[in-house]
Amino acid sequence: MTSLPTHTEKKLGLVIDLDICVGCHACVTACKGWNDQGYGAPLSDQKPYGDEPEGTFLNRVHSFEITPENGPAQIVHFPKSCLHCDDAPCVTVCPTGASYKRSEDGIVLVNEDACIGCGLCAWACPYGAREMDQAAGIMKKCTLCVDRIYNENLPEADREPACVRTCPTGARAFGDLADPTSAVSKSVADRGGFDLMPELGTKPVNQYLFPRIKDFEGDLDVLSPLLDIQPEATGISGWLDKLLGKL
Amino acid sequence: MNPAPSVILFTVLSGAGFGLLGFLGLGVISPTGLIAFSYFTLAFAMAVGGLLASTLHLGNPRNALKAFSQWQTSWLSREAWLAVLTLAVMGLYAIGAIFFGKHLSVLGILGADLSFLTVFATSMIYAQLKTVPRWNQWLTPLLFLSFSLSAATMLTAQNGLAVAPLAVTGVLLILHWLSGDKRFSASGSTIETATGLGGIGKVRLLAPPHTGSNYLMKEMIYVVGRKHALRLRWITLALAVVLPALILLLAPASVLTTALAFILHLIGAFAARWLFFAEAEHVVGLYYGKR
Amino acid sequence: MNQPKINLSPAVSDEIRQTTCYMCACRCGINVHIKGGEVSYIEGNRDHPVNKGVLCAKGSAGIMQHNAPSRLRAPLKRTGPRGSGEFTEISWEEALTLATEWLKPIRDTAPERLAFFTGRDQSQSFTSWWAQAYGTPNYAAHGGFCSVNMAAAGIYTMGGAFWEFGQPDWDRTKLFMIFGVAEDHDSNPIKIGLGKLKKRGAKVIGVNPIRSGYNAVADDWVGITPGTDGLFILALVHELLKAGKIDLDYLARWTNAPVLIDCDPKSPRHGLLLRDGDGKDLVIDSKTGKPAPFDQKGVRPDLGGKHRTKGVTHVTVFQRMAERYLLPEYGPEAVAEQTGIPAARIRRIAAELADVAFNQAIEIKQEWTDFRGETHKTMTGRPVSFHAMRGISAHSNGFQTARALHMLQILLGSVETPGGFRFKPPYPKPATAHPKPHCKVTPGKPLDGPHLGYPQGPDDLCLTPDGQPARIDKAFTWENPMSAHGLMHMVISNAHAGDPYKIDTLFLYMANMAWNSSMNTRGVIDMLTDTDANGDYVIPRIIYSDAYSSEMVAYADLILPDTTYLERHDCISLLDRPICEAEAAADAIRWPVVEPDRDVRGFQSVLCDLGHRLRLPGFVAEDGSAKFKDYADYMVNHQRRPGVGPLIGWRGTDGQSTGRGEVNPDQLDRYIENGGFAVAHIPQAAQFYKPWNKAYQDWAVQIGLYDAPQPYLFQLYAEPLRRFQLAAEGQGSRQPPEHLRERIKATLDPLPIWYPPFEDGHSDPVEYPVHALTQRPMAMYHSWGSQNAWLRQIHGHNPLYVPTDIWEANAFTEGDWAEVTSPHGTITVPVALMAALNPSTVWTWNAIGKRKGAWALDDAAPEATRGFLLNHLIHELLPPKGDGLRWTNSDPVTGQAAWFDLRVKIRKVPAPTESHPVLPPIKSPVGKGSARKIPEVKK
Ligand SMILES: Nc1nc2c(c(=O)[nH]1)N[C@H]1C(S)=C(S)[C@@H](COP(=O)(O)OP(=O)(O)OC[C@H]3O[C@@H](n4cnc5c(=O)[nH]c(N)nc54)[C@H](O)[C@@H]3O)O[C@H]1N2
Ligand SMILES: Nc1nc2c(c(=O)[nH]1)N[C@H]1C(S)=C(S)[C@@H](COP(=O)(O)OP(=O)(O)OC[C@H]3O[C@@H](n4cnc5c(=O)[nH]c(N)nc54)[C@H](O)[C@@H]3O)O[C@H]1N2
Ligand code: SF4
Ligand code: SF4
Ligand code: SF4
Ligand code: SF4
Ligand code: SF4
Ligand SMILES: [Mo]
Repeated sequence: MTSLPTHTEKKLGLVIDLDICVGCHACVTACKGWNDQGYGAPLSDQKPYGDEPEGTFLNRVHSFEITPENGPAQIVHFPKSCLHCDDAPCVTVCPTGASYKRSEDGIVLVNEDACIGCGLCAWACPYGAREMDQAAGIMKKCTLCVDRIYNENLPEADREPACVRTCPTGARAFGDLADPTSAVSKSVADRGGFDLMPELGTKPVNQYLFPRIKDFEGDLDVLSPLLDIQPEATGISGWLDKLLGKL
Repeated sequence: MNPAPSVILFTVLSGAGFGLLGFLGLGVISPTGLIAFSYFTLAFAMAVGGLLASTLHLGNPRNALKAFSQWQTSWLSREAWLAVLTLAVMGLYAIGAIFFGKHLSVLGILGADLSFLTVFATSMIYAQLKTVPRWNQWLTPLLFLSFSLSAATMLTAQNGLAVAPLAVTGVLLILHWLSGDKRFSASGSTIETATGLGGIGKVRLLAPPHTGSNYLMKEMIYVVGRKHALRLRWITLALAVVLPALILLLAPASVLTTALAFILHLIGAFAARWLFFAEAEHVVGLYYGKR
Repeated sequence: MNQPKINLSPAVSDEIRQTTCYMCACRCGINVHIKGGEVSYIEGNRDHPVNKGVLCAKGSAGIMQHNAPSRLRAPLKRTGPRGSGEFTEISWEEALTLATEWLKPIRDTAPERLAFFTGRDQSQSFTSWWAQAYGTPNYAAHGGFCSVNMAAAGIYTMGGAFWEFGQPDWDRTKLFMIFGVAEDHDSNPIKIGLGKLKKRGAKVIGVNPIRSGYNAVADDWVGITPGTDGLFILALVHELLKAGKIDLDYLARWTNAPVLIDCDPKSPRHGLLLRDGDGKDLVIDSKTGKPAPFDQKGVRPDLGGKHRTKGVTHVTVFQRMAERYLLPEYGPEAVAEQTGIPAARIRRIAAELADVAFNQAIEIKQEWTDFRGETHKTMTGRPVSFHAMRGISAHSNGFQTARALHMLQILLGSVETPGGFRFKPPYPKPATAHPKPHCKVTPGKPLDGPHLGYPQGPDDLCLTPDGQPARIDKAFTWENPMSAHGLMHMVISNAHAGDPYKIDTLFLYMANMAWNSSMNTRGVIDMLTDTDANGDYVIPRIIYSDAYSSEMVAYADLILPDTTYLERHDCISLLDRPICEAEAAADAIRWPVVEPDRDVRGFQSVLCDLGHRLRLPGFVAEDGSAKFKDYADYMVNHQRRPGVGPLIGWRGTDGQSTGRGEVNPDQLDRYIENGGFAVAHIPQAAQFYKPWNKAYQDWAVQIGLYDAPQPYLFQLYAEPLRRFQLAAEGQGSRQPPEHLRERIKATLDPLPIWYPPFEDGHSDPVEYPVHALTQRPMAMYHSWGSQNAWLRQIHGHNPLYVPTDIWEANAFTEGDWAEVTSPHGTITVPVALMAALNPSTVWTWNAIGKRKGAWALDDAAPEATRGFLLNHLIHELLPPKGDGLRWTNSDPVTGQAAWFDLRVKIRKVPAPTESHPVLPPIKSPVGKGSARKIPEVKK
């Protein structure tokens, strides 16, 4: 099953709006919380109260600083989890078949019962989306909350990934990117969604939306029409008369 | 990449072991009886030892057998098959040689092919990874194979001859380093393509996602100082190629000289492999501001 | 394809229990999933008015706080010296008996010798009631060091502030300006709101020296120099006034801009507002040209009105504003250098504000009637809105800066209009409708009224008959007359100094005063452990309630261990700081969704018990038994005024009334059924113009927010300030001490002004050229977060972020350390480069640094070895100046701690092994945590 499906009916994935993400890490701990008690082995932490606390997270938020040619530097908060690539190299390298891409919806998963913890899939993933759990010795990755999105024990409204449900700004959206009429596909079309590291040919399903243009310094002069009531010219009382004359 | 001892042991020892098996299979030397026994023991010990070392790298070795399932797509799976087939075929061949003084050349040649294919498959585990540009080049399998051949030639005591593969290895090592140094930039992956934010300006990491470390950082991001790496390259060249070659050329041929040369070579090979990992940069480092 | 079959519908949990988050003070609704009797997962409650389903990083990590190994396990009595962390566990009976033995004699003789301060308290209406019954004047919560400038400026100016008092009209606003906010209390609502704005393509302008978080997503970033926002705002006001781009109709109708000022310099009321015989503010009616009370039916107040009597011309507030703010010193050119914002940029922003407010005005077809009886067909919206928080308030000029910002909002007509800023019930509520402070102590008896309030002038100060401060924190004195939230940051140093008097027992709740909530941390630790000539502690007794093994625990004599937020009843009441939204009043509860597995008790329940043991009025039933079994009992049965209790939902014997109504014994069950909260929607016609809208006023009376309608005008001109100024000018019988006269005259101006932060006048700006700030990390709550195994991986240590110029000047490289020195102290800390930063500012995350041994963490925890506090550099007193006095590092109006006035210098030093100062470890009474609880694997 290590070969990739030639075609998936749906391409379920996330669209992350870099214009909106404030870097709050809510999606990080919501993901940890759900997956700690959900799909497969819990996400362990090593030395949780010790000198070098370190654990498994399926979604992490980086912060980048970008300095334009002109204008002040900008900060972009950058959440990253598995992009559920169409051409997922993590799947094809897997020797056990534990890594696979679901043919029905394109979700890339690890079958923990088959994983030997060789780490090769993590090496093959350009995005750092796979983390080997140090307690279980098993490869963990974003499941796109496959145990939520179809879960009949959850109310309809909750059948979305935990990270999307919790994101306070609404910077994360979940949907079918194969369906051009879906809200996610539309936002990708409108806002020019882009692939991460397109040069590697992984064809990520998850898309990122570019931050809007910042610090725009164009002309805007709605103050000048009224400047004929310049106080310097008329004194305060003249200014006041003219101003109140408008009432 | 993290130069984990288990993978270094695995690739170096199994490379040498399968190389030797290959040479034995090819009949470069055709020992029998006790001598054959010691040759095969050495070859099997290195090959199997390397393979065993590789399992130390597994988080969940209980499932190891499943690793044979994906030979159609996975180089690791192929390597597993090839290794086992090689060991099986060469095992039969060895039995013939040791106990019956017979060299079943059909088996031998098949085994030799499998041996070198195994080494090739091992190398392809690394060479296939676009995410590690330094490895992702044709020189990688060549280098693995030439190391394998060098070890095999030295061990089969082809003294003068061994200098040739050693020289090739030296050249390949240098080429692999030099071209490897350029691979990352040539791959086109930058922090700008990684983030897609290059359109705004120059991108740098302001803060990593967590102040603590994580599996990815430990596994994929290993930083060796440039100076340190350069010094190690010289040492590697000296140990893996120059010294063994000089010993083989200048010292009188004997088991002892061969052993000495081989041990030096092996240490050099470990150093080379250490560098092979330590110097290799994974593109994920871009997200962590490393590179 | 033999893709494995997986269970797509695994069971999620056995049960969901809905309560209120307390990983911070935002108070979101949570669904707590319970599996096998234990908490298994926490998510947001979609129906909750605050968070509408979302949760922040802390909220989702609540399970790790609830299970943290740092939780206290039983009452503790100190056995070693203070600060050693040596304790013995005792029973509750022993603990409460001891506390009663300490507190009873003081109450009977000198109740002021108890100082009861409750840090991050969400039950202030209850704890203050307890303190009032006890009879000590020394009560406050943490507001004084937090953001009282914001609260006080807002309430004095417009009867409500940003913060928890109101919010932008997120659905309609088109231009949003956010000043000095990293996270704020309203964290999820702000994030939800920002998301809405961005999706609608509305513009966001961030004013902040640091471009992270909200400022990172802002469309425009104004990287202002710290402490100069007032100047920037007044320059915007200057431009808008000059161009006449202000809402004159709004000003005339709803504000005191048209009210006449007594302009007679010889009058004892000089500068106060003119009033008629009924005490009503006077305006000139433009129809008659005659003075008239502002609220007279049909009156059209004239902004330019003048009233001439007895040879004096009395002019309007508006006239005074024009005279002041049109001065060239408030022009963009004049302020550009100091604020670090180019004049053209200031003009452009002023133009954008004007453009959106006036050219893009919106109108809602909604008829409404104002308090003058006039009916309006529509509601006009000025879709510009503002928000601000500690970036402007935690400076010594913060009160006036916040006032300036409110003035700007009001000039634009964007308060309580569609698209602008909207109050949340119980606000709007003018300063005059709040209580005044009370401080009259009678041994054995309750205090004469609520401790905290809004003074209207010198008569309301808390002074003893001989003019000395009545309160230990010197709140409501000439040093900071309008200190509406008290000055928690001064309690320990004043108590230690015995100035104004000595105390016997310091009783603290939920405030880590030995660490991150103190200025001058090291000094405070010394004060807490200092002994007198007899070897007795200078602060004789310290009782403390914490839930966790914090730094402060080690410095107390008696510890009353609290539960976690999932194990107790709590009441988020309209009587203090509710969770309302602009469209609705709302309150909420917490209830024990799991029972504690340790010998701990909810602090409020403990106070009920203590209140009974001390025989405090209100806590003893007629038969002498305890009036309230526990806090839950109080929440249901206590009534402040007849029919008005802590909770508004399901009142009345039938549970059908909202707001007012008799006690309903089943009230908590109804709350639990409803997800832990109650909502009372504001009628459509009452949604805007609330201070003047008859429909709103009537609704507010109906649900019990007030007892009679109380329409009022926005106080652009704040008369109470003028009353203090008048005193400083020599008027009246209560006179300030000489050394404070000039400062009061200069800073308590009734119209917003700007003056440089005090520290600038005390520390040499040349010697200390760099501003040093802290910011709240969104994924951490003060000191609490570090005990959380998930959150501490995100913020386990904190670098000092340094702007490019300073970075290059010091030739810093990655991994370097710097020595940072203020006039008060030195720290040595790791540095990191940040270009998106004001060029004279350095900053770090707040409260990441931890004391070794605290929080059940390893002594080598990164929080303790690389983490650091800026607090070591900040003193509660300003550096000495020529006058020989040590001025407090506070706002002169409110006493707000001026955390962000800090100035430092910085230089590269070789990397030490640990950040400095290094304090010796303390012993944790709960030991160290090792493994975390791992939930069972679900198949
Ligand atoms: N440098 C610098 N210092 C600052 C600030 C700054 O901006 N910069 N900000 C200041 C401000 S605004 C504030 S509000 C203060 C906040 O500082 P603190 O008031 O000290 O706040 P916390 O660290 O949140 O914790 C208070 C204590 O409450 C305890 N606690 C937590 N949960 C519970 C509970 O359920 N019950 C009980 N009884 N106790 C509990 C915690 O363990 C902790 O010991 O810090 C101030 N300090
Ligand atoms: N996650 C989380 N949320 C919290 C808290 C927490 O600890 N963690 N604490 C709660 C508490 S107690 C409080 S008081 C609130 C405080 O909420 P905020 O007011 O957001 O508090 P700070 O983080 O102190 O942020 C102050 C901001 O002002 C900026 N600033 C400093 N000086 C100036 C200035 O002169 N001008 C301008 N324009 N900006 C300036 C700083 O860069 C910073 O961004 O947050 C509450 N919410
Ligand atoms: S992001 Fe990485 S782990 Fe996910 S599908 Fe793509 S390559 Fe595989
Ligand atoms: S770690 Fe597991 S999933 Fe990844 S390649 Fe190895 S066996 Fe496959
Ligand atoms: S989709 Fe689910 S598993 Fe993936 S990042 Fe979001 S919460 Fe984590
Ligand atoms: S929860 Fe949303 S806003 Fe917060 S870091 Fe994640 S994507 Fe960004
Ligand atoms: S903002 Fe976060 S921590 Fe605060 S109450 Fe809401 S969810 Fe809890
Ligand atoms: Mo605060």
